[in-house]
Amino acid sequence: MDALYVSDLSKAFGGAKALDDVTVSVEAGEIHGLVGRNGSGKSTLIKILSGYHAPDAWGSFQVAGKAAELPLMPGQPASLGLCFVHQDLGLLNTLSVLENFRVARYKAAPLGRIKWRNERRHAARVLESFGLEVPLDASVGQLAPVDRALVAIARALSDASEHEGGTLVLDEPTSFLPRDGVERLFSGMRRVAAEGLGVVFVSHRLEEILSITDRVTVLRDGRNVATVGTPGLQEDDLIEMILGQKVEESFTSGSGSLGGVKLSIAHLTGPNVHDLSFEVREGEILGLTGLAGMGHEAVVYLAFGAQRASHGSVVLDGREIPAHSISPRAAIKAGIALLPGDRLNSSGVGSLPVSYNVSLPVLNKYFSGGWLREKSEIGEVERLIRGLEVRPPEPTRLLGSLSGGNQQKALLGKWLQTHPKALFLDEPSQGVDVAARKEIFSQVRTLASEGTAIVISSTDWEDLAHVCDRVLIFRYGRIVAEVSGEAVSEDRLIELCYSTSVQGETV
Amino acid sequence: MSDITASTGTGSATATEDEQPAGSVRAPFGVYLERYGIIGIWALIVIIFSLLRPQSFATLTNLKTILGTQAVLLVLTLGLLVPLTVGEFDLSVASMMSFAAIVVAELSGVHHLNLVISILVTLAIGIGVGLLNAFVVVRLGVSSFITTLGIGTLLGGLSYGISGSVTIGSIPSVLVTVASRDVFGLPLAFYYGVALCFLVWYIFQHTPLGRHLVFVGEGREIARLSGLPVRRIRTGSLIVSALVASFAGLLQAGVVGAADPGAGTSFLLPAFAAAFLGSTAIRPGRFNAWGTFVAVYFLVTGITGLELLGYTGWVQDVFYGGALVIAVALGRLVATSRARSR
Repeated sequence: MDALYVSDLSKAFGGAKALDDVTVSVEAGEIHGLVGRNGSGKSTLIKILSGYHAPDAWGSFQVAGKAAELPLMPGQPASLGLCFVHQDLGLLNTLSVLENFRVARYKAAPLGRIKWRNERRHAARVLESFGLEVPLDASVGQLAPVDRALVAIARALSDASEHEGGTLVLDEPTSFLPRDGVERLFSGMRRVAAEGLGVVFVSHRLEEILSITDRVTVLRDGRNVATVGTPGLQEDDLIEMILGQKVEESFTSGSGSLGGVKLSIAHLTGPNVHDLSFEVREGEILGLTGLAGMGHEAVVYLAFGAQRASHGSVVLDGREIPAHSISPRAAIKAGIALLPGDRLNSSGVGSLPVSYNVSLPVLNKYFSGGWLREKSEIGEVERLIRGLEVRPPEPTRLLGSLSGGNQQKALLGKWLQTHPKALFLDEPSQGVDVAARKEIFSQVRTLASEGTAIVISSTDWEDLAHVCDRVLIFRYGRIVAEVSGEAVSEDRLIELCYSTSVQGETV
Repeated sequence: MSDITASTGTGSATATEDEQPAGSVRAPFGVYLERYGIIGIWALIVIIFSLLRPQSFATLTNLKTILGTQAVLLVLTLGLLVPLTVGEFDLSVASMMSFAAIVVAELSGVHHLNLVISILVTLAIGIGVGLLNAFVVVRLGVSSFITTLGIGTLLGGLSYGISGSVTIGSIPSVLVTVASRDVFGLPLAFYYGVALCFLVWYIFQHTPLGRHLVFVGEGREIARLSGLPVRRIRTGSLIVSALVASFAGLLQAGVVGAADPGAGTSFLLPAFAAAFLGSTAIRPGRFNAWGTFVAVYFLVTGITGLELLGYTGWVQDVFYGGALVIAVALGRLVATSRARSR
């Protein structure tokens, strides 16, 4: 009997097929991996199973042998024995473990009174059966990340426990887990499978897929390209199935004419980053990447002082700034600029004019004779944003009234005019249209050619391959691979991000 | 401060095209209406009251009374604009004001301390209170709304304690002269208020510091990542409001010729009403000096007129309370309609 069976599932969004005749079956007692690139249809599949999307077409749908109609109504998946734990876990961190258990249940005594004694007994039983030793009254926020994940799973299962069989779907639960936590999560998953439930495990981390699953389904461009047994499966084969092409083995490395070392990061340590050291040369564009949660996203914020680093230093042009004295103010003074990823919360104020936003770091230069020369400010900002092809090039417009791409160009201009010695960019092309993306990267290249050291943190591998001289790949807060010159290709970056065999290798 | 933000009332998505760039299109009529509409309404109620009470309202004496007596409120509100712009509340300004009046009266009037020293001590206490507010708000991270509510209440209690719950009538004549001497028919306090208006207008609109205040208020994280000394700016704003409030207390003691420990409570709501109503005029969407000037006198004109019509006592609270809510609601409406039209 299948724990979960869905056949011939199709779903299109505005003409683009997200799922195309997909059939998936999960056996009872099996841990079943689900992998694919972003946009391969994984999340659409899960959203249909959880009742969020309605499919365009489907053949049959069964959970633990019971057939049901799609689309599912709210609450219906749980009553069928289908439960989900999403990446964010859905726990309320300020409430206790017991209260979190209670949140998902609706049984109450007359007058809406909660029978806490019964609840307590119930929760204790569930946690115990799960081998989880956490105090019921501890607030969830204080638990270790892995305990939190296990509480979320235990809670999800307790809702479905009245059923014979069923399926637990884990949607990237390991993204924010440290490595030692993953093992405990796995033993929890094995326990669930041993009770005769099916487990669907979604992860980008292929070594996890290979070590825990019995079978794996690979989605590519909305199609199920393979469902294969995991034992004996090689990582390279899996990557090939995900990408749909053979991974090139040989690369020629080549670097352009770069100057001496401009910026070096030494022993930088902070949340998600361990003892990190690297150098950026004059005129070099360096990319930092990895799968979500692997630490590359924190580096520029730590080095800029936006987040506190616990240890390490930043050396720019031979001048050292130790970790404890790095602040955005000190970094800017030293000649570092940061274009943050969260545009309207960290980068520019949407409710203020473009001119205010752009000239903020250089405002003093318009202050002469005790007067802020607004006319010359507006004139200069207009010249600047015209040069960056911001549309419309009107400095008095509110920043928030521009499109994402134009906002980003204007905010890049904000930092370009300070002539930084080093420029950090975090996800510079997120929510940015193709034309603006091109403009942004051509500006970045020009800046590099003038000798600025550039660090781009991104998971857009296409962009990185396009613009970077060198890319560092992160895993668990450390650099595990480096590619440079001709070797920087999208496929190579994807392979390195997913693959584990490249530990510490330098290409 | 993410839970309560001072600029909430005026809306975060508001525009300012205060100075049109050279050669750009003329601002549409609606923009003028929004900016100067309050002056039109002001003129209208002046005309109505003048017609209704030509003997008492439309007199030079009444004009002088209106301009003179509200100068203290104007000064107090102008100080309050600074933390409001930065995104912090300061609910302690009114109590700080009456506390300062009590202190200066007690020191110079009762204990016959040298007036200059008494004034300096009073102002120093103002700075100290501002530092205390800032320590709790900026260093300890407590909401400014709660902190200043507590400190304000504490100061109000101290005022009663020091004065023995009675009005202190012995104010040195020099202080009375400096505050209320007539110059061209108006008390000096009025000119101080106008001078402070110019100062606030200059700093807010014509210096980099004014811009920095706005950025800290509208996007604290953005300001921090742009290298602004955000904590110093927030600290400074709370010190300024307390210092200006203690200056207002000196003026109040001089203008009235006495120090009333309970005077502060009747100033708190008017100050906030004037600040928020002022933020819907002249530079809509931004706390601004001249908008505040207009708002203070607009509100007091309405109240004076109503009182001359015979509605006394209770009408003041009704008017100020109503004005505060209407001002904040107007600001919100303007902000949303602008956001939609773009």
